[in-house]
Amino acid sequence: MALKTEQMVLNMGPQHPSTHGVLRLELELEGEIITKVTPHIGYLHRCFEKHTEAMTYPQVIPYTDRMDYLASMYNEFGYAVAVERLLGIQVPERVDFIRVIMGEFQRIASHLVAIGTYGLDIGAFTPFLYCFRDRERILSLFEMTCGARLLYNYIWVGGLSHDLHPDFVRSAKEFVTYFRPKIKELNDLLTNNKIFIDRTANIGILPKETAINYGISGPNLRASGFKWDLRKDDPYSIYNKFDFDIPVGQGSMGTVGDCWDRYYVRILEMEESLKIIEQALEILPEGDVTSAIPKRIKPPVGQVYSRVENPRGELGYFIISNGQVNPFRIKVRGPSFVHLGVMNELCKGHMVADIIAILGSIDIVLGEVDR
Amino acid sequence: MTYDFFFNLTGSYVWADIIQSLLPLFIFILPFALFAVWLERKVSAHMQDRLGPMRVGKHGWLQTVADIIKLIQKEDIVAENNDKPLFNLAPVLVFVGTYAAFAAIPFSSAYIGSNIDLGVFFIVAVSSFVVAGILMAGWSSNNKYSLLGAMRSAAQIISYEIPTVLVIITIVMITGTLNLGTLSEMQTGHFWNWMIFGGPTFGLTKILLIPFMILAFGIIYTSTLAEVNRTPFDIPEAESELVSGYHTEYSGMKFAMFFLAEYANMFAVSAIVAALFFGGYQSPVGYLGNLFNIPWLVPVEQLFWFTAKGLFFVFVQMWLRWTLPRLRVDQLMQVCWKYLIPLAFVNLIVVGLLTLL
Repeated sequence: MALKTEQMVLNMGPQHPSTHGVLRLELELEGEIITKVTPHIGYLHRCFEKHTEAMTYPQVIPYTDRMDYLASMYNEFGYAVAVERLLGIQVPERVDFIRVIMGEFQRIASHLVAIGTYGLDIGAFTPFLYCFRDRERILSLFEMTCGARLLYNYIWVGGLSHDLHPDFVRSAKEFVTYFRPKIKELNDLLTNNKIFIDRTANIGILPKETAINYGISGPNLRASGFKWDLRKDDPYSIYNKFDFDIPVGQGSMGTVGDCWDRYYVRILEMEESLKIIEQALEILPEGDVTSAIPKRIKPPVGQVYSRVENPRGELGYFIISNGQVNPFRIKVRGPSFVHLGVMNELCKGHMVADIIAILGSIDIVLGEVDR
Repeated sequence: MTYDFFFNLTGSYVWADIIQSLLPLFIFILPFALFAVWLERKVSAHMQDRLGPMRVGKHGWLQTVADIIKLIQKEDIVAENNDKPLFNLAPVLVFVGTYAAFAAIPFSSAYIGSNIDLGVFFIVAVSSFVVAGILMAGWSSNNKYSLLGAMRSAAQIISYEIPTVLVIITIVMITGTLNLGTLSEMQTGHFWNWMIFGGPTFGLTKILLIPFMILAFGIIYTSTLAEVNRTPFDIPEAESELVSGYHTEYSGMKFAMFFLAEYANMFAVSAIVAALFFGGYQSPVGYLGNLFNIPWLVPVEQLFWFTAKGLFFVFVQMWLRWTLPRLRVDQLMQVCWKYLIPLAFVNLIVVGLLTLL
């Protein structure tokens, strides 16, 4: 006689240590094997897009900070670029340089959180604290620049809120020399650890075609072996002035597009960001950073879609202006939201422990998923 | 020896028995657990570039005491749909299983709680008791995470007992005794008489035995790590997956019982490893007591050496915990069934042949 069996539904989150915020995953389990994953989102919804309609263009900037709170600088950067395109204004060269420096520091900081928490998900506690120790130094650089450590309101439409601190260039160079050996330390401790490789290689494989179909971008797409980076392929600001590579997943520990690749692409990207920062610090021009800030922002009737390469992927702002001081509509295309959609595809057939590894490797920030 | 002392002191077998059996708890397990929790925090903190507890006492050494006081004050929450008798019994059972193992651990030639001839066997047997407690905790909590954690834990502990026992048999084959006291006595003299260096054998056999003894030590240490649920085998309480496994639903002193049992267990397995491979309570270099002719000093020194060896292995467990990620359930079983058990069997056969030489 066949025993009657049924699938177990396991509710993971919203209060679960490894859902990276308040995400609820509804898992259908066959023993420990996952048959279906349904992400339930919306626990952090703050009506960002609706709010913006009641605000003037500069007032939106602090709100963009609060979307992807691990990459605030880059959210501001993207928004500023979009509004400037709508207005058709050019910013001074120094502003662009400082934006790129801040943006790349933010990318390193964000990747450090991604890598550190990923280690934590796999069970390695120490790399997490090492990553946060190094991120702390970047946050101190930000604090030196604009007084805030997490939500900056630093990059404004047409310029910046402050110029750099006189000590900034020296401290930033110090950080670059300090941080290079730390990446090696991280590789020794985590990247090449046999257990870590066993846990991540060949897990959650995302083939190139699937990735493109789901609209995956950023490190996750590159890990699947597709060389696509908006900094190179659709250059904005002054990224075309710098010499840097775009790392892609090689599948060196398993298959192209597995969790290990997604993790390792981030490590490599930190090195590339360091390269960009070094070059930018060398040729940082003098100038006034507030001169181009418009007194009153009232764009002409029209619309713009502008996208930047946020640490997590393509961050797009679609802005419709009806000629008023406040936008008619702002729609954000956030990478985390799009990436979360592929969870079911990635997790099928894996075990409960793997779902943590997969979720960590696609690196979502719930603040931006829910907005 | 201590038993006779207590018997003379109280004049009653009952009191002597009670004191003898409570001695490890109050002299050793509780202070050790307090110390080990503090040590774990400090070790992890210094490995991670931070300070750890610094406020309560100098360098936070009273932190654990403060935590225990907090845990005692906490409300003891039992959820509505828990299976109450099992839920209440589970932490006790887990602790008893661990505590009972201390009865046969040879702290020094003067103090072995119960010097039974089946010492090692007894320890292996009673520590399996813990599995029942864990399963009860997981089942009675009426929580899916707890249940998953408990099932994983049971599977893990039972699997890893096999390589442990195979290694113990290897040792027993050489020494011919299961009595931990006798085992320690056999490794007397200097450190080259320790089992890891071939034991008290002589000549070619000894040299040939050394690599196999080191292998045996590797196997038993790995599997004891799994038995006490430490990283890289801490899957039952993998906090990133199962919140905290079978003790998710426990609070207050019941949680503290699990915690205490975990730390006591860490020392128990380290003590077994030390007793089997590293001379038990024997000093590696000789005794000051013998040198200066103070007979009572020797057992005290032995206690020191035994604790030092045990603590060293506890430290290694902590070190591993803060360095390594954790394996997945199926990988954990693979390590056991595909590598450790075949290796332990080969080791057993080879050592068997060598002892025939």
